[in-house]
Amino acid sequence: MAPPNLDHVVVVGGSLAGLRALEALRHDGYRGQLTLIGAESHEPYDRPPLSKDFLAGAADAASLALRKQGYDDLDVTLALGAPAHSLDVDARTVGVGDDTLRFDGMVIATGAHPRPLPDQPDLAGVHTLRTVEDSDALSERLEAGARMCVIGAGFIGAEVAATARGRGRDVTVLEALPQPMVRGVGPVIGAVLASLHRDHGVDLRVGVGVESITGGAHVERVQLADGTAVECEAVLVAIGAVPTTDWLEGSGLALDNGVVCDAALRAAPGIVAAGDLCRWPNAAFDDEVMRIEHWTNATEQGTHAARSLLAGGDAEPFVAVPFVWSDQYDVKIQSVGRFSGDDRMEIVHGSPDDYKFTAIFERNGRVSGALGFNMARRVIQYRRMIAERATFDAALAFAAANP
Amino acid sequence: MKIVVDFDKCKSNAVCMAVAPDIFEVRDDNFLYVLQEEPGEERRGDVEEAIRTCPTGAISVEG
Repeated sequence: MAPPNLDHVVVVGGSLAGLRALEALRHDGYRGQLTLIGAESHEPYDRPPLSKDFLAGAADAASLALRKQGYDDLDVTLALGAPAHSLDVDARTVGVGDDTLRFDGMVIATGAHPRPLPDQPDLAGVHTLRTVEDSDALSERLEAGARMCVIGAGFIGAEVAATARGRGRDVTVLEALPQPMVRGVGPVIGAVLASLHRDHGVDLRVGVGVESITGGAHVERVQLADGTAVECEAVLVAIGAVPTTDWLEGSGLALDNGVVCDAALRAAPGIVAAGDLCRWPNAAFDDEVMRIEHWTNATEQGTHAARSLLAGGDAEPFVAVPFVWSDQYDVKIQSVGRFSGDDRMEIVHGSPDDYKFTAIFERNGRVSGALGFNMARRVIQYRRMIAERATFDAALAFAAANP
Repeated sequence: MKIVVDFDKCKSNAVCMAVAPDIFEVRDDNFLYVLQEEPGEERRGDVEEAIRTCPTGAISVEG
């Protein structure tokens, strides 16, 4: 099949994946009309600092801009400040506000948004974290001295807890499971994460359910299922994210916890997807269908999706070894590959006792993942082995030869 | 093409090392070392990928 003849490509989603798609389209020679639709009024900006340096007050808003050189060279129409609300695949139109735009190629990259608690009250002081405004609002609470209660001990909850402790605030973290991230990393590393936060003065309570969040004009406490309560002036609900696909309901695209794509990230002829909402079969892991909500995936997928769009029927599969990092206190946590807390895990370098170690994970005889604390070099070396589909024994042998 | 790293921005995530280990190396001291400051033109694709995937935007090129 010959590459499609494209005259107007619309990228929907004004964050990292959408930006990388714009850049790749121009880099790879697309010269037609280009439009970016973004729900937020800002030009694309970087989100990882929103729970780290920006929330800590160590970085300003200007430093978040993803493209400091501006947009002139991309020759793109930036339609920012209103979300796309509808898509008609057959008619090739997308609705934004009162406008209807025609397109012949589309990149869908509307990301994800925080999952609310069931019955989450609309109280001042109850926060979620996704946007720069969310981070600013949380920062104001911390500045005012708020005692902070974080619901959910995943990466965002843990990073905000670490930043709030760094600003000298009292922090309680509530986790429903027996250890932080235990489903993802298993009980051994979960316990290391727990002790990291307790070492830094966090009141971490695990295995606890939230009954309700209460207060008058302002949040006052989180009531727990065991009858106790946490008194606080700020709550962060950080229990995961939901792909932002409501605007695609009825469009004809297959939706199933994200936008269902083929191996080359195509959702339909002339329509590709990238970033937090993209579900695709990943040949690096036996075509497991996955959806990944992390920075590196957004940047790699945005680039690849654009190339798939330009290649049409000749598009190549997106094959990737996921990479995630998290900065908490003075620890850089990095994870590569695909693994769960139930997989066999071996700590092969260093020791959890001083928060400097690397663990590797096994699936079907292969090394499928690695996770490190303050050992970037080692983790990245395993990323290559995972990409090369090395056996777990080969990874153990590498570890033994490189103590 | 000359590689420039802003070491104030670099946080040693080592993603560049995954892309091009013969050009970028994060050592056990957790610092990034640029092994080839002026790699050949045939490496431009890899260097561009390292620039694009650097979580802190610390890498750029001159020329």
